[in-house]
Amino acid sequence: MLLVFVASIIGSFGAVFLKLGAAKLHGGFWKIFNVQLAIGVILFLGSSAFFVSGIRHGQLSVLYPMVSLGYVWTLVWSRIFFKEAFTRQKFLGLALILIGVCFVGLGS
Amino acid sequence: MSSTAITSPVDQPDDRARQRSIGLVFCCTILGAAAQILMKSGANHFVPGLMGLITNVPLMCGYVLYGMSTVLLVLALKDGELSLLYPVIALTYVWVTGLSFLIFHDTANVSKLVGIVIIVLGVGVLGKGGRS
Repeated sequence: MLLVFVASIIGSFGAVFLKLGAAKLHGGFWKIFNVQLAIGVILFLGSSAFFVSGIRHGQLSVLYPMVSLGYVWTLVWSRIFFKEAFTRQKFLGLALILIGVCFVGLGS
Repeated sequence: MSSTAITSPVDQPDDRARQRSIGLVFCCTILGAAAQILMKSGANHFVPGLMGLITNVPLMCGYVLYGMSTVLLVLALKDGELSLLYPVIALTYVWVTGLSFLIFHDTANVSKLVGIVIIVLGVGVLGKGGRS
């Protein structure tokens, strides 16, 4: 379970780097090969490695919601690193998605 | 900014840009789900070793689709907010659950169905935008 928790944190940083790298695309599509995107992809791969090893010892009903914790971290990082606003819409949408993922996990 | 004055409040450029980004993430989740299904069926008859990996067509197609879905996500993030777009990826659960049901004949149950409906609602909230 701890492994999946770690996976969610690593994955959320992957998203931050993906966002950083995406900003470079304003200089043209082929700017898609940049360091930030590469780091983002590596972090995503790392996170899925943690997830796969975590999934071997745990139940999906617990693990799925843990993975979606990554959405919560990402909300916080977006605020800190990109000055994106917290809005009621984001909280409500995210809350619904988290509840939904819990239900899907329970049924798996 | 003067051009924004003539557009109606329900169809502001902000709204359209956000919906375009969410549309891209939407496609990203479909590709991602297809990738997961392909990788699952590839893993089911996986032969260990490098040749086993390279000649495993479903697995390889899965990786390619994953790559494509990542490109779409990056294109969406170019103009969209990370905090808004990232949770939309949860739609992948919806497609994977549906496809697993169709292809692998996984069991559907009330809990999964309720979960799917709530996820879709949540994505709907993010896509619609708050009238703040």
